[in-house]
Amino acid sequence: MAKLKFAFYWAATCGGCEEAVVDINEKILDVVNLADIVFWPVALDFKYSHIKAMEDKSIDVCFFNGAIRNEENEQMACLLRQKTRVMVAFGACACFGGIPGLANFTNAEAIFKRVYQETPSTHNPEAVVPQEDFETEEGRLNLPRFYDTVKRLRDVIEVEYFLPGCPPPAELILAAVTAIAENKLPPVGATIAGAKTLCDECDREKDKKVVTEFKRPYEIIPDTRKCLLEQGIICAGPATRAGCGQRCINANMGCRGCFGPPEGVIDQGAALLSALSSICEIKDESELKKIKPLILDPAGLVYRFSLPDSLLKSKRSVISG
Amino acid sequence: MNNFEPKIVGFLCNWCSYRGADLAGTSRLTYAPNLRVIRVMCSGRIEPLFVIKAFKEGADGVLICGCHPGDCHYSEGNYKVMRRVPPLKKMLEQFGIEPERLRVEWVSAAEGERFAEIVNDFTRKISELGPIK
Ligand code: SF4
Ligand code: SF4
Ligand code: SF4
Ligand code: FES
Repeated sequence: MAKLKFAFYWAATCGGCEEAVVDINEKILDVVNLADIVFWPVALDFKYSHIKAMEDKSIDVCFFNGAIRNEENEQMACLLRQKTRVMVAFGACACFGGIPGLANFTNAEAIFKRVYQETPSTHNPEAVVPQEDFETEEGRLNLPRFYDTVKRLRDVIEVEYFLPGCPPPAELILAAVTAIAENKLPPVGATIAGAKTLCDECDREKDKKVVTEFKRPYEIIPDTRKCLLEQGIICAGPATRAGCGQRCINANMGCRGCFGPPEGVIDQGAALLSALSSICEIKDESELKKIKPLILDPAGLVYRFSLPDSLLKSKRSVISG
Repeated sequence: MNNFEPKIVGFLCNWCSYRGADLAGTSRLTYAPNLRVIRVMCSGRIEPLFVIKAFKEGADGVLICGCHPGDCHYSEGNYKVMRRVPPLKKMLEQFGIEPERLRVEWVSAAEGERFAEIVNDFTRKISELGPIK
Protein backbone atom coordinates (compact mmCIF):
# COMPACT_ATOMS: atom_id res chain seq x y z
CA MET A 1 0.00 0.00 0.00
CA ALA A 2 1.26 3.45 -0.82
CA LYS A 3 2.16 5.53 2.18
CA LEU A 4 -0.38 8.10 3.31
CA LYS A 5 0.44 11.79 3.24
CA PHE A 6 -0.08 13.75 6.47
CA ALA A 7 0.15 17.47 7.13
CA PHE A 8 0.23 19.22 10.51
CA TYR A 9 -0.51 22.90 10.75
CA TRP A 10 -0.86 25.46 13.53
CA ALA A 11 -2.93 28.62 13.35
CA ALA A 12 -3.80 30.65 16.50
CA THR A 13 -2.26 28.15 18.87
CA CYS A 14 -0.18 27.93 22.03
CA GLY A 15 1.98 25.15 20.58
CA GLY A 16 0.64 22.62 23.07
CA CYS A 17 -1.14 20.69 20.35
CA GLU A 18 2.14 20.30 18.47
CA GLU A 19 3.68 19.11 21.71
CA ALA A 20 0.87 16.56 22.02
CA VAL A 21 1.88 15.06 18.67
CA VAL A 22 5.46 14.71 19.87
CA ASP A 23 4.16 13.28 23.17
CA ILE A 24 3.02 10.11 21.48
CA ASN A 25 6.75 9.34 21.87
CA GLU A 26 8.06 6.24 20.15
CA LYS A 27 4.64 5.72 18.58
CA ILE A 28 5.55 8.62 16.30
CA LEU A 29 7.66 6.04 14.49
CA ASP A 30 4.54 4.01 13.75
CA VAL A 31 3.04 7.17 12.30
CA VAL A 32 6.14 7.74 10.21
CA ASN A 33 5.99 4.13 9.00
CA LEU A 34 2.44 4.67 7.97
CA ALA A 35 2.60 8.11 6.48
CA ASP A 36 4.94 10.67 5.01
CA ILE A 37 4.70 14.00 6.72
CA VAL A 38 4.58 16.40 3.81
CA PHE A 39 4.03 19.61 5.75
CA TRP A 40 4.83 20.38 9.40
CA PRO A 41 6.08 23.94 9.90
CA VAL A 42 6.82 23.51 13.61
CA ALA A 43 9.34 20.72 13.02
CA LEU A 44 10.50 20.94 9.42
CA ASP A 45 11.32 23.82 7.14
CA PHE A 46 8.50 24.48 4.72
CA LYS A 47 7.44 27.57 2.81
CA TYR A 48 4.00 28.60 1.58
CA SER A 49 5.23 28.01 -1.95
CA HIS A 50 5.81 24.31 -1.20
CA ILE A 51 2.24 23.76 -0.30
CA LYS A 52 0.91 25.92 -3.12
CA ALA A 53 2.85 23.75 -5.55
CA MET A 54 1.18 20.56 -4.35
CA GLU A 55 -1.59 19.03 -6.36
CA ASP A 56 -5.14 19.52 -5.12
CA LYS A 57 -6.30 16.80 -2.71
CA SER A 58 -2.84 15.27 -2.65
CA ILE A 59 -2.60 15.40 1.16
CA ASP A 60 -4.60 12.56 2.69
CA VAL A 61 -5.07 13.99 6.16
CA CYS A 62 -4.38 17.42 7.60
CA PHE A 63 -4.33 17.84 11.38
CA PHE A 64 -5.08 21.51 11.91
CA ASN A 65 -4.63 22.98 15.38
CA GLY A 66 -5.31 26.48 16.65
CA ALA A 67 -8.18 28.88 16.14
CA ILE A 68 -8.73 31.41 13.35
CA ARG A 69 -7.54 34.73 14.73
CA ASN A 70 -6.26 36.56 11.65
CA GLU A 71 -6.29 36.65 7.88
CA GLU A 72 -3.26 34.41 7.52
CA ASN A 73 -4.86 31.68 9.64
CA GLU A 74 -7.88 31.76 7.35
CA GLN A 75 -5.85 31.80 4.13
CA MET A 76 -3.80 28.81 5.27
CA ALA A 77 -6.96 26.94 6.27
CA CYS A 78 -8.40 27.54 2.79
CA LEU A 79 -5.19 26.54 1.06
CA LEU A 80 -4.83 23.35 3.10
CA ARG A 81 -8.48 22.54 2.50
CA GLN A 82 -7.85 22.73 -1.23
CA LYS A 83 -4.89 20.34 -0.95
CA THR A 84 -6.40 17.89 1.55
CA ARG A 85 -8.89 15.03 1.42
CA VAL A 86 -9.63 14.69 5.14
CA MET A 87 -9.43 17.73 7.38
CA VAL A 88 -9.22 17.14 11.13
CA ALA A 89 -9.82 19.99 13.58
CA PHE A 90 -7.17 19.12 16.15
CA GLY A 91 -7.60 20.37 19.72
CA ALA A 92 -10.02 22.64 21.52
CA CYS A 93 -8.88 25.80 19.70
CA ALA A 94 -9.57 24.43 16.22
CA CYS A 95 -12.77 22.68 17.35
CA PHE A 96 -14.38 25.39 19.51
CA GLY A 97 -12.13 28.45 19.48
CA GLY A 98 -10.46 27.37 22.71
CA ILE A 99 -8.68 29.68 25.11
CA PRO A 100 -7.94 32.31 22.40
CA GLY A 101 -11.70 32.42 21.86
CA LEU A 102 -12.14 34.14 25.22
CA ALA A 103 -10.88 37.24 23.43
CA ASN A 104 -14.36 37.48 21.91
CA PHE A 105 -15.34 39.38 25.05
CA THR A 106 -13.31 42.22 23.57
CA ASN A 107 -12.24 43.35 20.09
CA ALA A 108 -9.15 44.05 18.00
CA GLU A 109 -8.95 47.71 18.95
CA ALA A 110 -9.14 47.03 22.68
CA ILE A 111 -6.60 44.21 22.42
CA PHE A 112 -4.11 46.42 20.57
CA LYS A 113 -4.61 49.21 23.07
CA ARG A 114 -4.01 46.87 25.97
CA VAL A 115 -1.03 45.08 24.48
CA TYR A 116 0.80 48.00 22.87
CA GLN A 117 -0.06 50.74 25.36
CA GLU A 118 -1.55 49.78 28.68
CA THR A 119 0.29 46.78 30.07
CA PRO A 120 2.60 47.82 32.94
CA SER A 121 5.68 46.53 31.14
CA THR A 122 4.99 48.51 27.96
CA HIS A 123 6.94 51.66 27.17
CA ASN A 124 5.57 53.04 23.95
CA PRO A 125 5.33 56.84 24.17
CA GLU A 126 4.83 57.23 20.42
CA ALA A 127 1.99 54.70 20.46
CA VAL A 128 3.53 52.56 17.75
CA VAL A 129 1.21 49.73 16.75
CA PRO A 130 1.60 47.16 13.96
CA GLN A 131 0.20 48.31 10.62
CA GLU A 132 -1.28 46.06 7.98
CA ASP A 133 0.47 47.99 5.31
CA PHE A 134 3.76 49.80 5.81
CA GLU A 135 6.16 51.57 3.49
CA THR A 136 9.86 51.16 4.29
CA GLU A 137 13.04 52.05 2.41
CA GLU A 138 13.36 48.39 1.49
CA GLY A 139 9.83 48.15 0.16
CA ARG A 140 6.25 47.64 1.22
CA LEU A 141 5.51 45.40 4.20
CA ASN A 142 2.23 43.61 4.75
CA LEU A 143 0.87 41.96 7.85
CA PRO A 144 -2.25 39.81 7.91
CA ARG A 145 -5.37 41.51 9.24
CA PHE A 146 -6.11 40.83 12.88
CA TYR A 147 -9.82 39.97 13.20
CA ASP A 148 -12.23 41.37 15.76
CA THR A 149 -13.36 37.89 16.73
CA VAL A 150 -11.80 34.46 16.98
CA LYS A 151 -13.45 31.76 14.87
CA ARG A 152 -13.51 27.99 14.84
CA LEU A 153 -11.91 26.15 11.94
CA ARG A 154 -15.35 25.03 10.74
CA ASP A 155 -16.41 28.67 10.43
CA VAL A 156 -14.01 29.15 7.52
CA ILE A 157 -13.70 25.73 5.85
CA GLU A 158 -15.41 22.36 5.83
CA VAL A 159 -14.05 19.96 8.43
CA GLU A 160 -14.43 16.18 8.31
CA TYR A 161 -13.47 15.22 11.89
CA PHE A 162 -13.03 16.78 15.29
CA LEU A 163 -10.41 15.69 17.78
CA PRO A 164 -11.09 17.70 20.93
CA GLY A 165 -9.03 18.39 24.03
CA CYS A 166 -6.52 20.95 25.20
CA PRO A 167 -4.51 19.26 23.88
CA PRO A 168 -5.96 15.96 22.60
CA PRO A 169 -4.60 13.06 24.65
CA ALA A 170 -2.06 10.71 23.04
CA GLU A 171 -4.46 7.75 23.12
CA LEU A 172 -7.04 9.64 21.08
CA ILE A 173 -4.46 10.84 18.57
CA LEU A 174 -3.32 7.26 18.11
CA ALA A 175 -6.90 6.03 17.87
CA ALA A 176 -7.54 8.57 15.11
CA VAL A 177 -4.36 7.67 13.24
CA THR A 178 -5.17 3.95 13.53
CA ALA A 179 -8.71 4.50 12.26
CA ILE A 180 -7.29 6.39 9.29
CA ALA A 181 -4.72 3.66 8.59
CA GLU A 182 -7.29 0.88 8.80
CA ASN A 183 -9.84 2.90 6.87
CA LYS A 184 -12.28 2.65 9.76
CA LEU A 185 -13.14 6.29 10.18
CA PRO A 186 -16.56 7.17 11.64
CA PRO A 187 -19.11 9.05 9.52
CA VAL A 188 -18.01 12.48 8.32
CA GLY A 189 -18.72 15.19 10.91
CA ALA A 190 -17.99 12.92 13.85
CA THR A 191 -16.05 13.87 16.93
CA ILE A 192 -13.39 11.32 17.73
CA ALA A 193 -14.11 10.95 21.47
CA GLY A 194 -17.02 9.81 23.64
CA ALA A 195 -20.59 10.90 22.98
CA LYS A 196 -21.95 11.28 26.49
CA THR A 197 -20.85 13.52 29.32
CA LEU A 198 -17.71 13.16 31.37
CA CYS A 199 -19.96 12.53 34.42
CA ASP A 200 -21.33 9.45 32.67
CA GLU A 201 -17.86 7.93 32.63
CA CYS A 202 -16.66 9.25 35.95
CA ASP A 203 -16.76 6.62 38.67
CA ARG A 204 -16.63 8.94 41.65
CA GLU A 205 -19.44 8.44 44.18
CA LYS A 206 -22.41 10.69 43.57
CA ASP A 207 -25.34 11.05 45.90
CA LYS A 208 -26.69 14.38 47.08
CA LYS A 209 -28.17 16.70 44.54
CA VAL A 210 -27.58 20.00 46.32
CA VAL A 211 -24.44 21.72 47.51
CA THR A 212 -24.44 24.67 49.86
CA GLU A 213 -21.45 26.56 48.52
CA PHE A 214 -18.73 26.60 45.87
CA LYS A 215 -15.12 26.69 46.97
CA ARG A 216 -11.90 27.63 45.23
CA PRO A 217 -9.61 24.63 44.63
CA TYR A 218 -7.06 25.88 47.17
CA GLU A 219 -9.63 26.04 49.95
CA ILE A 220 -10.08 22.31 50.43
CA ILE A 221 -8.31 19.06 49.74
CA PRO A 222 -11.05 17.11 48.01
CA ASP A 223 -11.88 13.53 48.89
CA THR A 224 -10.57 11.47 45.96
CA ARG A 225 -13.53 9.08 45.98
CA LYS A 226 -16.40 11.55 45.95
CA CYS A 227 -17.77 13.68 43.12
CA LEU A 228 -15.88 16.97 43.10
CA LEU A 229 -18.97 19.03 42.34
CA GLU A 230 -20.75 17.62 45.36
CA GLN A 231 -17.78 18.72 47.45
CA GLY A 232 -18.26 22.26 46.16
CA ILE A 233 -15.46 22.19 43.60
CA ILE A 234 -16.58 23.49 40.23
CA CYS A 235 -16.41 20.69 37.68
CA ALA A 236 -17.50 21.00 34.05
CA GLY A 237 -18.19 17.25 33.83
CA PRO A 238 -21.97 17.59 33.46
CA ALA A 239 -21.58 19.64 30.25
CA THR A 240 -18.37 18.20 28.80
CA ARG A 241 -17.87 15.41 26.30
CA ALA A 242 -16.37 12.20 27.64
CA GLY A 243 -13.21 10.72 26.20
CA CYS A 244 -10.20 12.37 27.83
CA GLY A 245 -9.64 9.52 30.26
CA GLN A 246 -10.65 11.87 33.08
CA ARG A 247 -7.29 13.54 33.11
CA CYS A 248 -8.16 16.31 35.55
CA ILE A 249 -10.46 14.22 37.75
CA ASN A 250 -7.65 11.71 38.26
CA ALA A 251 -5.45 14.58 39.40
CA ASN A 252 -8.21 15.54 41.86
CA MET A 253 -9.04 18.69 39.91
CA GLY A 254 -12.39 19.76 38.52
CA CYS A 255 -12.85 19.40 34.76
CA ARG A 256 -12.42 22.68 32.87
CA GLY A 257 -14.42 21.57 29.85
CA CYS A 258 -11.72 21.19 27.18
CA PHE A 259 -13.58 18.42 25.32
CA GLY A 260 -16.40 20.78 24.46
CA PRO A 261 -20.10 19.98 24.54
CA PRO A 262 -21.38 16.38 24.53
CA GLU A 263 -23.30 15.08 21.51
CA GLY A 264 -26.57 16.97 21.08
CA VAL A 265 -25.71 19.89 23.37
CA ILE A 266 -25.66 23.08 21.33
CA ASP A 267 -24.16 25.44 23.88
CA GLN A 268 -21.69 24.09 26.41
CA GLY A 269 -21.64 27.21 28.56
CA ALA A 270 -25.41 27.49 28.84
CA ALA A 271 -25.62 23.82 29.79
CA LEU A 272 -22.85 24.18 32.35
CA LEU A 273 -24.30 27.33 33.86
CA SER A 274 -27.60 25.51 34.19
CA ALA A 275 -26.00 22.49 35.86
CA LEU A 276 -23.86 24.50 38.25
CA SER A 277 -26.47 27.01 39.29
CA SER A 278 -29.26 24.46 39.71
CA ILE A 279 -27.43 22.42 42.31
CA CYS A 280 -26.14 25.19 44.53
CA GLU A 281 -28.57 26.12 47.22
CA ILE A 282 -28.95 29.83 47.77
CA LYS A 283 -32.11 31.32 49.19
CA ASP A 284 -31.70 34.95 48.27
CA GLU A 285 -29.31 37.62 47.04
CA SER A 286 -27.59 37.91 50.42
CA GLU A 287 -26.24 34.40 49.95
CA LEU A 288 -24.62 35.09 46.60
CA LYS A 289 -21.21 35.15 48.23
CA LYS A 290 -21.55 31.41 48.74
CA ILE A 291 -21.35 30.93 45.00
CA LYS A 292 -18.60 33.47 44.45
CA PRO A 293 -16.46 31.24 42.20
CA LEU A 294 -19.46 31.02 39.88
CA ILE A 295 -20.65 34.59 40.14
CA LEU A 296 -17.27 36.35 39.68
CA ASP A 297 -16.82 35.50 36.01
CA PRO A 298 -19.54 33.06 34.94
CA ALA A 299 -19.00 33.50 31.19
CA GLY A 300 -15.25 32.93 31.45
CA LEU A 301 -15.84 29.89 33.59
CA VAL A 302 -18.49 28.12 31.53
CA TYR A 303 -17.14 29.06 28.09
CA ARG A 304 -13.47 28.63 28.92
CA PHE A 305 -12.86 26.65 25.72
CA SER A 306 -15.97 27.23 23.67
CA LEU A 307 -16.99 30.87 23.39
CA PRO A 308 -16.75 31.00 19.54
CA ASP A 309 -18.76 27.74 19.52
CA SER A 310 -21.58 29.23 21.62
CA LEU A 311 -24.89 30.64 20.43
CA LEU A 312 -23.85 34.21 21.11
CA LYS A 313 -20.22 33.71 19.93
CA SER A 314 -18.98 37.08 21.18
CA LYS A 315 -19.87 40.13 23.18
CA ARG A 316 -22.82 41.84 21.50
CA SER A 317 -21.05 45.05 20.57
CA VAL A 318 -18.21 43.16 18.87
CA ILE A 319 -18.98 42.96 15.20
CA SER A 320 -17.85 39.70 13.72
CA GLY A 321 -15.05 40.12 11.22
CA MET B 1 -40.17 60.18 21.37
CA ASN B 2 -39.15 57.03 19.55
CA ASN B 3 -41.73 54.56 18.34
CA PHE B 4 -39.69 51.53 19.31
CA GLU B 5 -41.92 48.57 20.14
CA PRO B 6 -39.86 46.10 22.13
CA LYS B 7 -40.16 42.39 21.52
CA ILE B 8 -40.48 40.60 24.84
CA VAL B 9 -40.49 36.84 25.29
CA GLY B 10 -42.35 35.57 28.33
CA PHE B 11 -41.86 32.09 29.75
CA LEU B 12 -44.89 31.34 31.93
CA CYS B 13 -45.40 28.25 34.04
CA ASN B 14 -48.55 26.33 33.31
CA TRP B 15 -50.00 26.11 36.80
CA CYS B 16 -49.97 29.63 38.18
CA SER B 17 -48.52 32.26 35.90
CA TYR B 18 -50.15 31.17 32.67
CA ARG B 19 -53.47 31.08 34.47
CA GLY B 20 -52.75 34.51 35.86
CA ALA B 21 -52.20 35.71 32.29
CA ASP B 22 -55.41 33.96 31.26
CA LEU B 23 -57.28 35.74 34.01
CA ALA B 24 -55.94 39.06 32.76
CA GLY B 25 -57.40 38.12 29.38
CA THR B 26 -60.80 36.89 30.58
CA SER B 27 -61.06 39.95 32.82
CA ARG B 28 -60.60 41.99 29.65
CA LEU B 29 -57.69 43.95 31.05
CA THR B 30 -55.85 46.03 28.52
CA TYR B 31 -52.09 45.73 28.66
CA ALA B 32 -49.04 46.14 26.44
CA PRO B 33 -49.14 43.79 23.43
CA ASN B 34 -45.36 43.33 23.36
CA LEU B 35 -45.19 40.03 25.21
CA ARG B 36 -44.88 36.78 23.25
CA VAL B 37 -45.91 34.08 25.67
CA ILE B 38 -44.33 30.64 25.77
CA ARG B 39 -46.01 28.25 28.15
CA VAL B 40 -43.77 25.82 30.02
CA MET B 41 -44.91 23.22 32.52
CA CYS B 42 -42.86 24.76 35.32
CA SER B 43 -40.51 27.70 35.67
CA GLY B 44 -37.88 25.13 36.72
CA ARG B 45 -37.83 24.02 33.07
CA ILE B 46 -36.39 27.34 31.99
CA GLU B 47 -32.72 26.91 31.32
CA PRO B 48 -30.14 29.59 30.60
CA LEU B 49 -30.15 28.31 27.01
CA PHE B 50 -33.79 29.41 26.51
CA VAL B 51 -32.98 32.93 27.63
CA ILE B 52 -29.79 33.13 25.56
CA LYS B 53 -31.62 31.82 22.52
CA ALA B 54 -34.42 34.37 22.94
CA PHE B 55 -31.88 37.20 23.00
CA LYS B 56 -29.97 35.69 20.10
CA GLU B 57 -33.17 35.56 18.03
CA GLY B 58 -33.84 39.22 18.66
CA ALA B 59 -35.80 39.54 21.90
CA ASP B 60 -35.27 42.88 23.64
CA GLY B 61 -36.39 41.50 26.98
CA VAL B 62 -37.19 38.17 28.62
CA LEU B 63 -39.76 37.73 31.38
CA ILE B 64 -39.85 34.57 33.46
CA CYS B 65 -42.97 33.96 35.56
CA GLY B 66 -43.54 31.12 37.98
CA CYS B 67 -45.63 30.24 41.01
CA HIS B 68 -44.89 32.07 44.25
CA PRO B 69 -42.14 30.44 46.34
CA GLY B 70 -43.67 27.50 48.17
CA ASP B 71 -46.50 27.18 45.63
CA CYS B 72 -44.77 25.41 42.74
CA HIS B 73 -46.86 22.54 41.44
CA TYR B 74 -43.72 20.41 41.37
CA SER B 75 -42.69 21.77 44.77
CA GLU B 76 -39.33 23.36 43.94
CA GLY B 77 -39.02 24.20 40.26
CA ASN B 78 -39.21 27.89 41.04
CA TYR B 79 -36.32 27.59 43.52
CA LYS B 80 -34.25 26.12 40.72
CA VAL B 81 -34.89 29.05 38.42
CA MET B 82 -34.25 31.39 41.34
CA ARG B 83 -30.76 29.93 41.68
CA ARG B 84 -30.04 30.14 37.98
CA VAL B 85 -30.89 33.76 37.50
CA PRO B 86 -28.13 35.65 39.39
CA PRO B 87 -25.21 33.99 37.54
CA LEU B 88 -27.18 34.20 34.29
CA LYS B 89 -27.70 37.94 34.72
CA LYS B 90 -24.03 38.43 35.42
CA MET B 91 -23.20 36.39 32.34
CA LEU B 92 -25.57 38.37 30.12
CA GLU B 93 -23.81 41.51 31.30
CA GLN B 94 -20.49 40.00 30.21
CA PHE B 95 -22.02 39.48 26.77
CA GLY B 96 -23.05 43.14 26.65
CA ILE B 97 -26.73 42.45 27.35
CA GLU B 98 -28.04 44.65 30.18
CA PRO B 99 -29.12 42.40 33.08
CA GLU B 100 -32.34 44.41 33.46
CA ARG B 101 -33.49 42.85 30.21
CA LEU B 102 -34.14 39.66 32.16
CA ARG B 103 -36.83 39.75 34.84
CA VAL B 104 -38.30 37.11 37.11
CA GLU B 105 -41.69 37.51 38.76
CA TRP B 106 -43.94 35.22 40.77
CA VAL B 107 -47.54 35.42 39.58
CA SER B 108 -50.38 33.31 40.98
CA ALA B 109 -53.50 32.20 39.10
CA ALA B 110 -55.46 34.88 40.92
CA GLU B 111 -53.15 37.75 40.00
CA GLY B 112 -54.43 38.74 36.58
CA GLU B 113 -54.25 42.40 37.38
CA ARG B 114 -50.73 42.13 38.77
CA PHE B 115 -49.65 40.25 35.66
CA ALA B 116 -50.93 43.06 33.45
CA GLU B 117 -49.08 45.61 35.59
CA ILE B 118 -45.83 43.64 35.38
CA VAL B 119 -46.07 43.41 31.59
CA ASN B 120 -46.79 47.13 31.30
CA ASP B 121 -43.96 48.07 33.62
CA PHE B 122 -41.44 45.74 31.98
CA THR B 123 -42.43 46.94 28.50
CA ARG B 124 -41.89 50.53 29.58
CA LYS B 125 -38.48 49.76 31.06
CA ILE B 126 -37.34 47.86 27.99
CA SER B 127 -38.58 50.70 25.76
CA GLU B 128 -36.37 53.05 27.77
CA LEU B 129 -33.39 50.74 27.32
CA GLY B 130 -34.02 50.65 23.59
CA PRO B 131 -33.39 47.81 21.14
CA ILE B 132 -30.82 45.17 21.98
CA LYS B 133 -27.44 45.76 20.36
S1 SF4 C 1 -6.13 23.27 22.19
FE1 SF4 C 1 -4.93 23.79 24.01
S2 SF4 C 1 -2.94 22.86 23.61
FE2 SF4 C 1 -3.99 23.00 21.63
S3 SF4 C 1 -3.35 24.96 20.76
FE3 SF4 C 1 -5.26 25.31 21.86
S4 SF4 C 1 -4.60 26.02 23.89
FE4 SF4 C 1 -2.82 25.01 22.95
S1 SF4 D 1 -19.13 16.50 38.31
FE1 SF4 D 1 -16.98 16.00 37.92
S2 SF4 D 1 -16.36 14.74 39.65
FE2 SF4 D 1 -18.59 14.79 39.66
S3 SF4 D 1 -19.22 12.98 38.49
FE3 SF4 D 1 -19.10 14.67 37.04
S4 SF4 D 1 -17.03 14.56 36.19
FE4 SF4 D 1 -17.04 13.32 38.07
S1 SF4 E 1 -11.16 16.45 32.69
FE1 SF4 E 1 -12.14 18.06 31.44
S2 SF4 E 1 -10.63 19.70 31.27
FE2 SF4 E 1 -9.56 17.86 32.01
S3 SF4 E 1 -8.79 16.92 30.13
FE3 SF4 E 1 -10.77 15.99 30.53
S4 SF4 E 1 -12.24 17.22 29.37
FE4 SF4 E 1 -10.35 18.39 29.51
S1 FES F 1 -45.30 24.94 38.35
FE1 FES F 1 -45.25 27.13 38.51
S2 FES F 1 -43.16 27.40 39.02
FE2 FES F 1 -43.27 25.22 39.04
